[in-house]
Amino acid sequence: MAEFRLPANSRITKGKKHTDASDGRLRTVKVYRWNPDSGENPRLDVYRVDLNACGPMVLDVLIRIKNHLDSTLTFRRSCREGICGSCAMNIDGVNTLACTMAAEDIRGDINIYPLPHMAVVKDLVPDMSNFYAQYASIQPWLQADTPAPERERLQSEEDRSKLDGLYECILCACCSTSCPSYWWNSDRYLGPAALLQSYRWIADSRDDATGERLDQLDDAFRLYRCHTIMNCTRTCPKSLNPAKAIAEIKKRIARRK
Amino acid sequence: MKNPLARVKGSGASGEGSHHWWLQRVTALALVPLVVWFMFSIVGQVGKDLETVRTWIAQPHVAVLLVLSLSLMFYHGQLGMQVIIDDYVHRSGLRLCCLRVTRVVLLVSGFAGAFAVLRIALS
Repeated sequence: MAEFRLPANSRITKGKKHTDASDGRLRTVKVYRWNPDSGENPRLDVYRVDLNACGPMVLDVLIRIKNHLDSTLTFRRSCREGICGSCAMNIDGVNTLACTMAAEDIRGDINIYPLPHMAVVKDLVPDMSNFYAQYASIQPWLQADTPAPERERLQSEEDRSKLDGLYECILCACCSTSCPSYWWNSDRYLGPAALLQSYRWIADSRDDATGERLDQLDDAFRLYRCHTIMNCTRTCPKSLNPAKAIAEIKKRIARRK
Repeated sequence: MKNPLARVKGSGASGEGSHHWWLQRVTALALVPLVVWFMFSIVGQVGKDLETVRTWIAQPHVAVLLVLSLSLMFYHGQLGMQVIIDDYVHRSGLRLCCLRVTRVVLLVSGFAGAFAVLRIALS
């Protein structure tokens, strides 16, 4: 059922304050904190961070906090250049990658929360197992009926260009976790990320399983919970358009009727 | 304890979503001219006496358009209610119950409206 208020044990309380030892250009950063072992409600910790002492991105600010202010802060990060999708979180009210979001571009305090409506493992780390299972369920690999040729399967330049805007998806989950339909029904609705990935294979001229893929998506919940709210497209840190990919899937299913 | 992939796969795809989606769009398109006609016509009858309105309804083209408007409006309404219930009612038993009840209420209302028009038109 839709939830309009957080359950009592999830309501956020006031947290601790930490201030950077170096005081060049201090900026207030508020970070969601929750530790499953403490048995306490989540809290919002306030950090005063010296922006002169760290790199320009929000991820640099978080690393500054972890290294110098509070080593208990937990978050995921890896590539620090927007290609791995690990540091997806809600920054300044928008789902995005901490590594590509400049602290300078945020007005006022920097508010950082985990991706919305996901179970939290700790602090800024959400539980991604359902999201990855949904990705696995769309069978994200090339399925061809013909035997493998000796060299690569050829594709015209035109057909290859149909994958542009699809193959760049890094599965950071910013889009799916910004989608209200996904919030209410993530157990059955696949969400924009998995659907864009599914369309990546439907649109691939070398893939022969289009019919089976569309059969698997023809479901009131898996696909049709999308009501073109467009949060996915608006929030995508790679500037992709999952809403359009979903519309293309709906068009393909309608056209084969 | 069930593994996440098995949970996502569930009982498989119902194969029904596209039909509902398509009907919702078709009925919406058909309703655009019908609703405009319906509103202007109903407003045009305001203040007229009962006999004039009955004669107006009894005209064949008016009766046909009224029956079409009413049945499509309630049918479209039922499709829309299904979307809302699917979105917000999570417990499967309650969801099925809500779906059945709204379907019966809206379709019976549509039939009642159409029947009323036909009774005037055919009497």
